[in-house]
Amino acid sequence: MEGTALLDGLTPVEQRVPGRWQIGTVTHIKRETPRVKSFRIALPMWMPHLPGQHYDVRLTAPDGYRAQRSYSVASSPLDEGQIELTIDRLEDGEVSPYFDDIVIEGDQVEVRGPFASYFVWRGESPVLLIGGGSGVVPLMAILRHRRRGMPDVPMRLIYSVRTAEDVIYSGELGEDAVLTFTRDAPAGWTGHRGHIDGPLVAGVASSLPGATAFVCGSNGFVESASKLLLDAGVAPERIRTERFGPTGQV
Amino acid sequence: MSAFISRGFTGRRRTSAELAARLPPGQYAETGFPVLTAGPTPEVPTDTWRLRIDGMVAEQREWTWEQFGALPFETIPCDIHCVTKWSKLGTSFGGVSVDTLLADAELLGAYAMAWSYGGYTTNLAIDDLIGGKAWVVTEHDGEPLPREHGGPARLLVPHLYFWKSAKWVTGLRVMDHDEPGFWEMNGYHNRGDPWKEQRYWTD
Repeated sequence: MEGTALLDGLTPVEQRVPGRWQIGTVTHIKRETPRVKSFRIALPMWMPHLPGQHYDVRLTAPDGYRAQRSYSVASSPLDEGQIELTIDRLEDGEVSPYFDDIVIEGDQVEVRGPFASYFVWRGESPVLLIGGGSGVVPLMAILRHRRRGMPDVPMRLIYSVRTAEDVIYSGELGEDAVLTFTRDAPAGWTGHRGHIDGPLVAGVASSLPGATAFVCGSNGFVESASKLLLDAGVAPERIRTERFGPTGQV
Repeated sequence: MSAFISRGFTGRRRTSAELAARLPPGQYAETGFPVLTAGPTPEVPTDTWRLRIDGMVAEQREWTWEQFGALPFETIPCDIHCVTKWSKLGTSFGGVSVDTLLADAELLGAYAMAWSYGGYTTNLAIDDLIGGKAWVVTEHDGEPLPREHGGPARLLVPHLYFWKSAKWVTGLRVMDHDEPGFWEMNGYHNRGDPWKEQRYWTD
């Protein structure tokens, strides 16, 4: 199945339930930024996810102690048999430093999913994505899926990062992505600088009339981005948000 | 329980035995207060705020902000548990018991839908709302409830996962049958008892 057919096949949500806990195998690790890595995980009981959904990850110590967290899937459901989780290292975290420091290719990890079915893309068109920092991860699943299966859907990404070295998926951001650097822009940068603002959001929104917006980032980022979308005339029921915090940055 | 061990994982964020006993399965202790909302944060001015009890009741009830402020106010020390895995232990809210709000309504149904400014809904059995288990709160840790946490008023049902504690609550609609609310339609458990780890539909 490709693109639209796959998304059609994934609905209605009423018939879909998440999978059971399963042991996946890490097949590839890519360092994205000094704090962020992407992990390709092959799953024995894989099922297609909707772009935007997440998996739960569970770590178990030898004495039975466990820690669980949720991570967004970054890959398209067209990647059969596997998912990609992009994990931002939080210094005071327990699961993200484990992935950053310990996990190597060939390791096994216990996961369960896919979950959540509100912050998901079901083929609505057009689409405006706004991500701050690692909030870009679930948006990347949407962007990748559109590029591979539904290239005719008008879609733009506004992506706010602190510096050039914080850009996740830097090799994959094309003309459909508008970057802004909140701290240091790279030398020769002629694009937007500073936090996302009214003209930036309104400009992109006006090129996508009637868009459904997906906003993901820290709480402060999502608050300000969703307010700018409302100011730009996007109806509240067309704005879907996903926040992480309280320590999220950008 | 599976025999799977995560290679090289020892656990660095273990909590003390006393706190660990207060953590439901799969939860970790968070000292901050994360915000989770499906859409933009609504702005609800207190001069137009209303709280209503309606649906299958003999007597509909409605309060303005001022009238609500005159109801018996309690401080509620509690632990809260979010389905996204964090728990906040030893926090406190201030507000009015749902027992007080339902006292004169005369209920004709055993279920309720809490509904909010902004369109959010969540369903609860009346049994989970009465008996000193649920409140409509306007304060957190002695301060007015911040807007991003549901201010001016949110439902507080600490014995269930926190999505049941509807932010920006404006009404409880009593029903003679159960019906899923927003997250309950979107893959999350109908009741959401953290101690039974009822996170998702299949749990």
